[in-house]
Amino acid sequence: MTEIQAGPGAAVAAAPVSGDVPAIELDNVVKEYVSHGEVVQAVKGVSLAIAEGEFFSLLGPSGCGKTTSMRMIAGFEDPTQGVVRLHGEDVTNVPPNKRDINMVFQSYALFPHMNVWDNVAFGLKRKKVPDTEIKRRVGEILEVVDLVGREKRRPKEMSGGQQQRVALARALVNRPRALLLDEPLGALDLKLRQAMQIELKRIQREVGLTFVYVTHDQSEALTMSDRIAVMHDGLVEQLADPREIYERPASKFVAGFIGTSNLLSGTVQQVTGDTAVLALGASDRILIPADGALAAGATVDLTVRPEKIKIAKDQPEGDLSVVRGTVAEVVYLGTYNSYVVVLGDGAEITVFEQNAHDSTITAERGDTVWLSWQPWHSYALR
Amino acid sequence: MSRLRASLTPYLLLFPGTLWLAIFFVIPTVVMLSLSLQSGDVVNGYAFTFNWHSYVDGISTYHDQIIRSLVYGLFSTLIQIVIGFPVAYWIAFKGGSRKSVYLFLLLLPFLVSFVLRTISWQFFLSDNGMLLGPLKSMGLVPQDFHILATSAAVIGGLAYNFLPFMILPMYVALERIDPRVLEAAQDLYASKVQTFLRVVLPLSLPGVFAGVLMTFVPATSDYVNASVLGGTSNTMIGNVIQNQFLINQDYPTASALSFTLMALLLVGIFAYARALGTEDVLEVAAR
Repeated sequence: MTEIQAGPGAAVAAAPVSGDVPAIELDNVVKEYVSHGEVVQAVKGVSLAIAEGEFFSLLGPSGCGKTTSMRMIAGFEDPTQGVVRLHGEDVTNVPPNKRDINMVFQSYALFPHMNVWDNVAFGLKRKKVPDTEIKRRVGEILEVVDLVGREKRRPKEMSGGQQQRVALARALVNRPRALLLDEPLGALDLKLRQAMQIELKRIQREVGLTFVYVTHDQSEALTMSDRIAVMHDGLVEQLADPREIYERPASKFVAGFIGTSNLLSGTVQQVTGDTAVLALGASDRILIPADGALAAGATVDLTVRPEKIKIAKDQPEGDLSVVRGTVAEVVYLGTYNSYVVVLGDGAEITVFEQNAHDSTITAERGDTVWLSWQPWHSYALR
Repeated sequence: MSRLRASLTPYLLLFPGTLWLAIFFVIPTVVMLSLSLQSGDVVNGYAFTFNWHSYVDGISTYHDQIIRSLVYGLFSTLIQIVIGFPVAYWIAFKGGSRKSVYLFLLLLPFLVSFVLRTISWQFFLSDNGMLLGPLKSMGLVPQDFHILATSAAVIGGLAYNFLPFMILPMYVALERIDPRVLEAAQDLYASKVQTFLRVVLPLSLPGVFAGVLMTFVPATSDYVNASVLGGTSNTMIGNVIQNQFLINQDYPTASALSFTLMALLLVGIFAYARALGTEDVLEVAAR
């Protein structure tokens, strides 16, 4: 995997496979709308290069521009500025029916007046594929999505999960060069959603197809993606693989949006070797990798994940970040306990403690506790 | 107690409407049916004779008017589809936030009485009226050209008067189409024309079907347009029935003609529904 740099305004990322032409490219794309006489920028300059065969997610809250970006790839929206390329070819002004990619819509958008077979065969018929081949390919894809025997059903006679699979088959049967999926699992319940996540990932691996997946569900994006572009306010905040995004969030926004994180800030007191020491209070200190950029007196925003923190009644030993606080909340969550600890300065820290051994909890509400974590688990935010 | 009330609720809700229809529809219909089988005249009174001669005489005398009514109804309905569909389509897909304003404008003519609207058409279409006067003075049409008292005037009047009843159901059907479905069609390589023919049109057919029912039936049985715009040679069966009832006071013939028209329309509607039942239409359109 090549090195990826990203950040607001400078969202440029190399595709993981070097040398090849990217399957999908957005080159400094801007989308403006006029709403009530005012110009609104939905996408403020996004550049992405999605590699052939990659499972790529656009992740962000609603209104972040992820769906608009995808709709520009599909051709439903014309960019105000910038260029869209598919396999190196400029398709900015090519209508959607002339683009060799297919989309799975959020609400499936199945043709309500057609049965499953006709829905799935629609694209092939428009492409004037011979009847015998249509028959074969539709039959094959219905087998893949496990809908054999339901060819004559109408969409409204099917469950959400089945409709979802019809939508998927309807797109896949055309053997597009890339598949765009707009929150395709949003309407399903949790169990089905998880099953479909695995199913989608399996199909993507088997077919070797480029998937662009729009979602606001961070766990879905983390589970399935090769790379994720976290979008916020019309820009790409970070573009990296799931591990990098989770472990090394590029901004406060990413740290807050992906998983649970504790945001802290402090002033650098001293730098020893490759470790900077931040003072928070009398007995509290946070150690953080200095990587040459931190000098005494600098203010640092940092994040630490709840599962990296150890909670204890006694003061821990060693070169650790150590803070003291009072337990404000204890929640038993089965696989782990969640604590909210209030520090002396009022900052709240969430701690997850794995229920590895027994179900006894370390501290009760109101207890004074010590929290500690390794220096490398503090991650400074830009 | 509450269970009893719950089981009675549907009947209570239906009661006022059922009572209304029983008094003002079922009873008059039965009376008319009996009238159509009576003999006699208005001076000496009528007696029930189970005589079908009113039907036989009525149809043999007025079959021209019956056929003309069906033809006028058909043509006015076709014109309304052609004019109304684009309007309904435009309001549904391009109306944006002003849809309700456009729908209100569509219904605005209803604030003026049906007869008055038709009479204003008479003025508009008269031989030297607002339309033909300027055209004649410019020499664009011959001096003896006229529109009033032609079939075209009657069909035009019918199409004009019932147009909103055609547009509204078509609008409702078109408005219900999810725009994403149209995008899906384009995404699946359908051109704009193919998207219209394969998706928009079939999905709007239930609305067209309803619109045809709501306009063809009243247009066929209408008599105002023919009497105001049609002159003497374009009378429809509605005019005949009106004359028989109110002028000749030949109630049996008038009733027999009413039932003949009703029977024709019912048979026509069932045949139409059978031939164009929406489910089947959709099935065909999916090919």
